[in-house]
Amino acid sequence: MTMSEGDLAVMEIRFVRGAMLDSKPPPASMRGAIGWLRENLLSSPFNIALTVIIALLLAWIIPDLLRFLIFDAVWTGADRDACLEGVQHRAIGACWPFVWERWPYFVYGSYPGPDRWRVDVFFVMLAIGVVWLLWLHAPRRDIGAIYFFVVLPISAFILLTGWRAIGLEPVDTVLWGGILVTIVVSWVGIVVSLPLGIVLALGRRSHMPAVRLFSITFIEFVRGVPLVTVLFMASVMLPLFVPEQYSPDKLLRALVGIALFASAYMAEVVRAGLQAIPKGQFEGAMAVGLNYPQRMRLIILPQALKITIPNIVNTYIGLFKDTTLVFIVGIFDFLHTVEISRIDPKWATPVTSTTGYAVAAIFYLIFCYAMSRYARATEARLALSDRR
Amino acid sequence: MSTDLPAGSPPVRVAFYNDPKIRAVVYQVALVAIVAFLVYAAASNAIANLQRAKIASGFGFWFNTAGFDISQTLISYSAQASTYGRAFWVGLLNTLLVAGFGVVLATILGFVIGIARLSTNWLVAKTATGYVETIRNIPLLLQLLFWYNAVLKTLPEMRDSIKIPGGIVLNNRGLFLPDPITGPGFHWVLFAFAAGILGSIVFYVWARKRQEQTGQQAPVFLTSLGLIVGLPLVVFALLGFPLTFGFPQAGRFNISGGMEILPEFAALLFGLSIYTAAFIAEVVRAGIRAVSRGQTEAAYSLGFRPQPTLRLIVVPQAMRVIIPPLTSQYLNLTKNSSLAVAIGYPDLVQVFTGTVLNQTGQAVEVVAITMAVYLTISLVTSLLMNIYNSRIALVER
Repeated sequence: MTMSEGDLAVMEIRFVRGAMLDSKPPPASMRGAIGWLRENLLSSPFNIALTVIIALLLAWIIPDLLRFLIFDAVWTGADRDACLEGVQHRAIGACWPFVWERWPYFVYGSYPGPDRWRVDVFFVMLAIGVVWLLWLHAPRRDIGAIYFFVVLPISAFILLTGWRAIGLEPVDTVLWGGILVTIVVSWVGIVVSLPLGIVLALGRRSHMPAVRLFSITFIEFVRGVPLVTVLFMASVMLPLFVPEQYSPDKLLRALVGIALFASAYMAEVVRAGLQAIPKGQFEGAMAVGLNYPQRMRLIILPQALKITIPNIVNTYIGLFKDTTLVFIVGIFDFLHTVEISRIDPKWATPVTSTTGYAVAAIFYLIFCYAMSRYARATEARLALSDRR
Repeated sequence: MSTDLPAGSPPVRVAFYNDPKIRAVVYQVALVAIVAFLVYAAASNAIANLQRAKIASGFGFWFNTAGFDISQTLISYSAQASTYGRAFWVGLLNTLLVAGFGVVLATILGFVIGIARLSTNWLVAKTATGYVETIRNIPLLLQLLFWYNAVLKTLPEMRDSIKIPGGIVLNNRGLFLPDPITGPGFHWVLFAFAAGILGSIVFYVWARKRQEQTGQQAPVFLTSLGLIVGLPLVVFALLGFPLTFGFPQAGRFNISGGMEILPEFAALLFGLSIYTAAFIAEVVRAGIRAVSRGQTEAAYSLGFRPQPTLRLIVVPQAMRVIIPPLTSQYLNLTKNSSLAVAIGYPDLVQVFTGTVLNQTGQAVEVVAITMAVYLTISLVTSLLMNIYNSRIALVER
């Protein structure tokens, strides 16, 4: 094929790129650290002002915090002299030797020294139960549930209170204290409040007026009053309501108060889950001929509890924090042992209180934060599995 | 094959114990019987125990002389002349005082932090997140003890008080502020203030009506500001500034004059506000995120500018989501104020369930009254909440 004159002229003026140029990187001001800074910190005059204010605030708080907790802190010592500015002639931060010496008291309270291994065994058993239930790939999680809700309570009760017949000296609950009591109270609250909460939630949605009225009254009453008053009621009124010889000990009274309180909140959480189940599920279960307990156990509750798990864990976080309130009715939980130790004359220094509170804060922060992470991860997992 | 029963066959009968109606009756009768038995057993035990301990019952103690002092009283109260009933009211007012101030502070702080968490500024958002995650995960009681014992109680003694310009004195016995003393005619200023509020409302209604009819807008904000702030100020100036301050006079061991803020009150107020603010921040964040971005975009495409978009489109819809959980946070704050008992602020629980209970020994009556108070507050609030909710609830098509 021959080309005409015209075609050649077109070919000469054609403007089609034969080879592509490499694309240029974005300008230096929009990428890397500088770009990130401009985008996220300095995007407008108002944002610049905010950034400066917050940076100043953090520069004011964080160095002081680090200095107190680490750089100026006292790490070793025998008594208060180690943590006194007048004796040491330097700025003094946290008084850690106070914590080292008091740590066994923070963990066991006044639990008798030779028997403290029993508490350790309880902690290990509890940890096994928790991991068994929460770790998704654990084998036989159904047995884990039985272990956690049946075996563990009974064996822990025998282990901690003692049983002469198998050679365990009885230990009065008055001697219990510290993290032991915090864990026992929150764990009893957890174990009791879930089943009781489910029963109350089902009662509130029941068609029987007497059952519904009873559930609503109980739930609304308990949720309407502060936990402090429930604990006061448990500690001063409960002994009046039972014959004198059966008067429950102090810890048991607080446990009853906490468990009832947590159940009412749990009931509302479970109810929200039940309400989220479509009516068709109830009707479908009826249509295949299941009776009420079967419907609930096989169809409704598994679905309702599954979507409620994040909220249940959030309720547990609240419960765990609320266990500190047993302090007010004179039980030696973790916070109470800290509170008593900080006024111990052996360690009385200006920094002792803050050190004690810092330890307590770190303890609660770790536990609660871990629980809230678990709740959030579960939420994300459920959201993923529900996507169709 | 037909599922119909052949004619003439007897009607289907189920055993009576399988009839749902009969079952329901049996269950309910059993429940009522158990509850009644428990109540009866508890009551009879309580009566026997009380008689053995020789504790009076009934509400007669209400009119007995209290005989103990209360560190903060909003109404006149004296240990010798006042009754337990009076002590109850003192405690209740103290509870309401700290709850009222706490709600205001927590709302301001909570909204600021909640909005900060959604900020595009990385540092602001992360700082706000850090605040919420830290404060929410530390028990309130620990925070209260920290504020009270580690912060406020380590302030200087009375003789080395910190003096802040403006006549304010700060030490470990509290914060002492100048006390405003009103002169003659000051009530006119209050009247002017009330008139300003009333006038603003009237102006707002008028302006709104006019806008709906003619589309013309009126400067509602500036006019209201002038009426509410300016009018009282003018009256105040015309009357010759009838207001003086009584400054606190620091002595060696005591401070006379001025207005005293107890360290217990301050610790409780700080603790409650800071703690509740973290929860309110989450409520606010969820509320704002619940308004879909399409709403903002639709408003822009209609020609709204950013400020009216926020005020007229986003905030009203966010508030519908925010207000119910916000109210329950207010209730939580009020109930949590009962932790005052741990740091010795004379609230209802400390005064009544603490001191009065110890003195009279009438546990049942005292605890019942305290619970009834909190229950009333809760129920009234939820009632108002339900009314509000039904008014603003979204009308679905």
